[in-house]
Amino acid sequence: MAEETTTDGRGPVTTLATPIRLDFDFTPGIAQSKFLRGLERGIFMGQRCGTCGKVYVPSRGSCPTDGVPTTEDVELANVGTVTTYCVVNVPFAGQSIEIPYICAQVLLDGANLSFMGLLQEVPTDQIRMGMRVEAVWVEPDQLTPSLASVKYFRPNGEPDADYKTYKEYL
Amino acid sequence: MPESEALHAEHRLEYPYSRSVGPVIGAFLTGLRDGKLLGVEGAGGSIIVPPTEYDPTTGDDTGELVEVGPGGTVESWAWVSDPLPKHPRQTPFAWALIRLDGADTALLHVVDAGGPDRLATGDRVTVRFRPAAERIGAMADIEAFVPEGRGGGAS
Repeated sequence: MAEETTTDGRGPVTTLATPIRLDFDFTPGIAQSKFLRGLERGIFMGQRCGTCGKVYVPSRGSCPTDGVPTTEDVELANVGTVTTYCVVNVPFAGQSIEIPYICAQVLLDGANLSFMGLLQEVPTDQIRMGMRVEAVWVEPDQLTPSLASVKYFRPNGEPDADYKTYKEYL
Repeated sequence: MPESEALHAEHRLEYPYSRSVGPVIGAFLTGLRDGKLLGVEGAGGSIIVPPTEYDPTTGDDTGELVEVGPGGTVESWAWVSDPLPKHPRQTPFAWALIRLDGADTALLHVVDAGGPDRLATGDRVTVRFRPAAERIGAMADIEAFVPEGRGGGAS
């Protein structure tokens, strides 16, 4: 082994940065683009299956049960029901929200598919299944075709939904 | 909705790995930062460049580091006429296997030859380092190899 000499006093090289990067273009397709365009207007857009009548939000453009295209666009309510939830207490790399916070599955009124949203303006020990919530959107000039347009959901003060109304979606 | 109205977004997925390089490759990279090319003595006295901790044929520990180059001979090459964004140069260049003077193995690096008609197997090339202040201890500290007599050396 040759003696370790460096010309600039930085010490010998011991590590090498080897970042791995993947640049890719993503297109969500026509159906999900409609959902995202809806978010840009501050509304939730879904699609109804012409065979079973279920409304999917966001729609993938076809019904997973019947295998047929979903062609009827449906505007959904701004309110829904918490079907289930998770209180996040564990910090992790890249976390952007102060813990503890609540991740809730929200079943929008008129939809047959719940999706995950952030729940705020409620203490973590008061969240419960069946809680009625409403979406809070960013300021109109901040709306983008992205779920970032939905700031969070919060309780809207209505009485809890009957378990029977959402038990199918757990 | 016409298909042209489907949304489109550019995404980047990136992991900022760093790896420890060990005593031998570390010395090689330190050498690059210092503007030197180092090889290592392998079994039977052969000189391996870039240096390895173990001889690739016998598995024995390698020996002393020795300075090689700065000149060398092109053993093989391929011309890149349309460089990709991740390539080390954005102008046409050659990937080449270069056997540095004093070495028994070839190093893969870039030759800035100017054009595919100006490079041939067996050509003599010499190293062109980046300026000392820009060198960080990485393969890219070598900006390129250039045909001998066309501006090599440490700039």
